[in-house]
Amino acid sequence: MALTLNMTVNGKARKVTVESNALLSDVLRVNLGLTGTHVGCDTSQCGACTVHVDGVSVKSCTMLAAQADGATITTIEGLAAPDGTLHPMQAAFKEHHGLQCGFCTPGMVMSAVDLARCEPNASEEQIREWLEGNICRCTGYHNIVKAVKTGLTDMQSGGKVAAE
Amino acid sequence: MKLTPPARSAVHHPHAHDSALKHATGAARYIDDMAEPRGCLHTALVTSRWAHARLTGIDASRALELPGVHAVVTAADIPGENDVGAIVPGEPLLAEGVVEYVGHPVAAVAARDLETARRAAALVEVTAEPLTPVLDLREAVEKAHYVLPPSEFLRGKPGPALADAPHRIRGEIMVGGQDHFYLETQAALALPQEDQDMLVHSGTQHPTEVQHLVARLLGVDMNAVTVEVRRMGGAFGGKESQATIIAGIAAVLARVTGRPVKCRLDRDTDMMVTGKRHDFLLTWDVGVDDDGRVQAVEMTLAARCGWSVDLSPGVVSRALSHADNAYFYPHVKLTGLFCKTNTQSNTAFRGFGGPQGMMAAEAMMDQIARTLNLDPLEVRRRNFYGPEGRNLTPYHQPVEHFRLPEMLDEVLASSDYAARRKAVDAFNAKGGVLRKGLAVSPVKFGVSFNKPEMNQAGALLHVYTDGSVSLNHGGTEMGQGLFTKVAQVVAAVFGLDLDRIRPTATTTGKVPNTSPTAASSGTDLNGMAARIAAETIRDRMADVAAEHLGAEKSAVVFERNMVRAGNKSVPFGELAELCHVARVSLSSTGFYRTPKIHFDRTTNRGRPFFYFAHGLAVSEVAIDTLTGEWKPLRTDILHDVGASLNPAVDKGQIEGGFVQGLGWLTMEELVWDKDGVLKTHAPSTYKIPTARDVPRDLRVDLLADAPNEEATVFRSKAVGEPPFMLAISVWLALRDAVASCGPAGHVPKLDAPATPERILMAVQAAKDTA
Ligand code: FES
Ligand code: FES
Repeated sequence: MALTLNMTVNGKARKVTVESNALLSDVLRVNLGLTGTHVGCDTSQCGACTVHVDGVSVKSCTMLAAQADGATITTIEGLAAPDGTLHPMQAAFKEHHGLQCGFCTPGMVMSAVDLARCEPNASEEQIREWLEGNICRCTGYHNIVKAVKTGLTDMQSGGKVAAE
Repeated sequence: MKLTPPARSAVHHPHAHDSALKHATGAARYIDDMAEPRGCLHTALVTSRWAHARLTGIDASRALELPGVHAVVTAADIPGENDVGAIVPGEPLLAEGVVEYVGHPVAAVAARDLETARRAAALVEVTAEPLTPVLDLREAVEKAHYVLPPSEFLRGKPGPALADAPHRIRGEIMVGGQDHFYLETQAALALPQEDQDMLVHSGTQHPTEVQHLVARLLGVDMNAVTVEVRRMGGAFGGKESQATIIAGIAAVLARVTGRPVKCRLDRDTDMMVTGKRHDFLLTWDVGVDDDGRVQAVEMTLAARCGWSVDLSPGVVSRALSHADNAYFYPHVKLTGLFCKTNTQSNTAFRGFGGPQGMMAAEAMMDQIARTLNLDPLEVRRRNFYGPEGRNLTPYHQPVEHFRLPEMLDEVLASSDYAARRKAVDAFNAKGGVLRKGLAVSPVKFGVSFNKPEMNQAGALLHVYTDGSVSLNHGGTEMGQGLFTKVAQVVAAVFGLDLDRIRPTATTTGKVPNTSPTAASSGTDLNGMAARIAAETIRDRMADVAAEHLGAEKSAVVFERNMVRAGNKSVPFGELAELCHVARVSLSSTGFYRTPKIHFDRTTNRGRPFFYFAHGLAVSEVAIDTLTGEWKPLRTDILHDVGASLNPAVDKGQIEGGFVQGLGWLTMEELVWDKDGVLKTHAPSTYKIPTARDVPRDLRVDLLADAPNEEATVFRSKAVGEPPFMLAISVWLALRDAVASCGPAGHVPKLDAPATPERILMAVQAAKDTA
């Protein structure tokens, strides 16, 4: 059965008509062309598909798009300012080499930004615990943890100017 | 007047990954992110339910009735030859006559969307008569069930020397396999072109091989197939030969339907279908003196190759050539067994057999030390390669420029080893439930492909008339930073800022006949080829500059985006324009082949490696003797990357490699059931290290002031694989902790991966001995 859904995605009102079993990750990637949200495991394990639904991080590969009807969604593409100024968390990942192949990066960044909401002064241990649902096969996490620490601090200080 | 800002040095500088901004903003495109062309079809595979069976029928009629299904192909539909064997022929893309493992692709469906393709695949009826499979590695060893005959490295007379040795010690360990778990699963997009041409976007480390085998599958010449790859979301060896399966299926379906076809495996299918790291059964018989110095050794390294040969000859050869690790064996015989089992066909994985070979050496050193009640660290040091007379490897290459003895002193001091050793022993002497372990392990890794002919590379470089540079080479980017490093090399040659160099997608249409990006050699080979191309163009530009500036050519320097001679200068871009006006070519290829190397595969002698990369790790762990759970407490690493082209990228490789190795040796466990079904085919059951599983205290240092003695690109050393094996220190530290539960002289029985379950059993065995 086809459904028509309304959602606000990265600040824009979007209307999509999809099958009732469509996954949020597919709607974002295929219908809306927001391919920065990656799918690494299809089963809610790896975190590559993490987006924010009404401000809370969600693994979009295991959420039905229908469940997001009426919701406000932010994906990695919606994080930087319209003029291209990076969000402090994005800037920190770049700065601290918290990425290699980059496939996990969007999910890591989205997850880390949500940590700032829950625990703005998270300790290293809390950061590591929070990131347990995000797998990175390349970096060994060392630089990711460093980046998240910096990102959290910079978010509090209103963001470092990191225009590219 | 505008002053030129000082250019940051192009090489030996921690530049960010060339795609860092795109990665952080989600703008980097992987194959599944590319805009789908009109009419693009999607793929699902039909795979074997049997570990071994004779196929009696494939009925696709119900699948074909489903609306939206465009084709179901089986072996019979392949236009050319049904063979994707990487080294030896005889490995069909789609099973023919027999299936040889659970997951073996039998047919493939193309449909208008993924869901329809999956539904159709489930409707394809495959019938077969089951045959008896061989599933267990030990069983294959006992039955001498091989895909290839054994291979042997021999030096001296190990038999008599063993018999004469004061102590003779025999041992064995099982070392498990490993799934690559590249975060981006395997993917390809095949686009039929005019005539019979096919363009394939393939997530592959080896575009040339995909081109070659797609041409063979389609029955066309190689010039009718172009393979392109901009980046992969991780590969680690898993996209070397295995990528051909996915690209091949997409290309065959594209040919049959005349439409673009995308094939992206979901995670479970990827893990069920594709090959992994070889698990090994390692056994040794070693003769030592009272000080633990090896007199002679015989080892057997039995590899699980799975159902087919794939890249196993190279993997076993590298295992044999690293079973010495850093140690001199005066008399030695190493035997490699290519065991055939009805499981996935094992393949390249970071280290390519080297890690498994080194595990034999390190487990043996540990056993020697514990059996003779000697300090494992001392035993290692005593057995290190030395000056002439103690410097010949089992493959008869002398070890030159051996850096480990000095590096060992350095890391022992920087990690405060001696004091911590005492502290750990004192802690364990209290006899508590928690025990600690501390261990040091070295890595000596040979750099170059074991097969000399693979050590060549090409590059293609264009300078445009605005002074911007387009760079292409045969190497592929999988996250390791190759594109960044090679661009740095080119920027250094031209004296340009790095952002003037644009790395472009690897394609067989620009640089042909390439080797895979593997064996850690990506930068060594492609960096050199690009450097040669850049120097060719620079030389031509220098002629024009000399004339323009009225100076001797020898006085012309390229720096800070300018070209100078004496006190006159011209911006690089302007000079490019002048060259164009003067009808001087601004485009060049570059070609490099590694010097000095040779290897005779019939005698297994020669100089397969241009040089060695070295590393050392000191790891401390704590175990809970009641549950087997453990924690990595601290790891200190000192690693030799020569004169690093990019310290940030290199450190990233070391940290990531170490953690991947730690996963292999302690938590990643592949389990097949009695019918040969892989039960660990998703991260829910296959445990990948997370941010919580790694040492909080990880100190990584690059060996300082250590340019490569060999003339590599800017005197750097390869870094992709060697750090992986630093994780052996963690496994040894776990053994150390277990050993403290037994009496002196107790040798822990601990296979890899050392899961909590295995640690607990080893603790129990140690206590029972006491
Ligand atoms: S793709 Fe959603 S968690 Fe892995
Ligand atoms: S950077 Fe490759 S998975 Fe994280």
